[in-house]
Amino acid sequence: MVFAMLAALALAIGISACGSSSDSSDTTASEGGEGGAAIVSNPDNAKVSLTIGSKNFPEQEILGEIYTQALAAAGYKAKSDLSLGSETVAHKAVQSGAISGYPEYASTALTSFFGLEPEDVPSDAQGAYEKAKAEFEKEGLTAFAPTPFASANAVGTLKKTAEKYGLKNVSDLEGVSEKLSLYGSPECRQRIDCLAGLEELYGLKFKSFHPVDISLRYTVLEKGQADLSILFTTDPQLSAEKDKFVILEDDKHVFPAGNIIFVTTPKVVEKAGPDYEKTILEVQKGLTLPVMQELDARVELEKQTPKEAAAAYLKSAGYTG
Amino acid sequence: MIAAAPFASFGGAFEFIFTPQTSNVTGGKGVGGIDQVIELTLTQLEVTLLALALALVIALPAGLYFGHRGAGEFVALGLGNAGRAVPELALIALMAAVIGVGGLNLTVALAILGIPPILTNTFVGIRQVDRASVEAARGLGMTEFEIVRKVEAPMAIPSIFTGIRTATINIVATATIAPLAGVATLGEFILGENVYGPDGVLAGAILVALLALVLEFSLAGLQRLLTSKGLKLRPA
Repeated sequence: MVFAMLAALALAIGISACGSSSDSSDTTASEGGEGGAAIVSNPDNAKVSLTIGSKNFPEQEILGEIYTQALAAAGYKAKSDLSLGSETVAHKAVQSGAISGYPEYASTALTSFFGLEPEDVPSDAQGAYEKAKAEFEKEGLTAFAPTPFASANAVGTLKKTAEKYGLKNVSDLEGVSEKLSLYGSPECRQRIDCLAGLEELYGLKFKSFHPVDISLRYTVLEKGQADLSILFTTDPQLSAEKDKFVILEDDKHVFPAGNIIFVTTPKVVEKAGPDYEKTILEVQKGLTLPVMQELDARVELEKQTPKEAAAAYLKSAGYTG
Repeated sequence: MIAAAPFASFGGAFEFIFTPQTSNVTGGKGVGGIDQVIELTLTQLEVTLLALALALVIALPAGLYFGHRGAGEFVALGLGNAGRAVPELALIALMAAVIGVGGLNLTVALAILGIPPILTNTFVGIRQVDRASVEAARGLGMTEFEIVRKVEAPMAIPSIFTGIRTATINIVATATIAPLAGVATLGEFILGENVYGPDGVLAGAILVALLALVLEFSLAGLQRLLTSKGLKLRPA
């Protein structure tokens, strides 16, 4: 038995080694809209050091890298810190000045930092941004305008499961959820924008809930362990494997959609000068839902590093040479 | 990684253990409190004991056998040491990919962590038994199995228990990351800072440490009970 384990381990190490050495070419362009204006390096910025943070999952890491590389292209001494474990940690890091700023979902900021119920989160990007910005300013932070794309949690399942039970909306789970197991992040169980909301606002009871690392959210569906799994609407698997995975329409709005807003402090804004906000707003113009999905796919499916994916985006969208 | 100091306090952590606290993200429902603490502690204990049992079933007979035969040193010590080098988080992720998440996967992964110390210490303990005693037992007409059971194993108890205690601490501490593989243990408090807050994280750490101490003392007590009178150190 032990030998089988060790053999499996050796095998997996071999496989992952092959996987990570896959081509990191940046020739297949991610369509960055109509292409942004190339970022011009300003020598005045060279004396300003910036540390851009992100939470520790692929989409956030890609965004952190995009902002870092764009700011470096604008002449700043920019470095990234992509390992902040949770929004609470990231929030504290920007408050304490340990990082200059980081990308956050407006919906997460409103529900997690400022205690809004999911149904009270404004459904339009601008409204949510303005509300979040006002709240951030009360505590001495600020935020920049939102990205074009938005991301939300979603209840996902295999297409065949959805067909078997006739599931289209989350409310269709009524009456069948008792037979189905749900998998989500360890935090999901208690969160109102996750299991707690499904139980309270939809009145659903599931056969069981199992906490898993979010990187396993598709694995558990594929292995047939989970009937339902909490996915993200920006997941590349949803477009790449349309006939395999589906997400259920959140008809009672438990999962607020959030556009990314860049959270920073007025002190950093003042120190860094006008190119700081300008660069960030310029570089996120191309981040539409298909582009973000494509970038997530590079990292999650093709095993590129977030750094490589970000560089490819900046190049193909015309921000860097 | 930046050490963004979470502002937890011991007072807050103890409050969290006994009374549910408010959380921003739960829609008004309290988190923590003694009921949840008991539920998660019992799960952590259950996972730990299952994994320990599996590790014992594999490692103890193997250690006794190789030790008695005086052979297989390379296997017993080599495998033991190699096992220690496998990072548990990687192991759990790997098992999740191969057999999937959940209790079984987790038990096997944790048992793999417990096997090396038990195997190595049992082997070494048996090897260190005075050969003269073994020969004397053989001279009395004991079978090989009786020699192991009545002579070698009792005399190797201190070493065997060192292995079991090390394995237990390794397993119970590592069972903290079980919420990443389908089982909600005390690690849920530590991994869920957004839900439980910094006090919850600290409370989780305190509870895991306490659980480890309780297990350690229980095993020390069991070891005293099982150690033959002649081997106990007594003040002169």
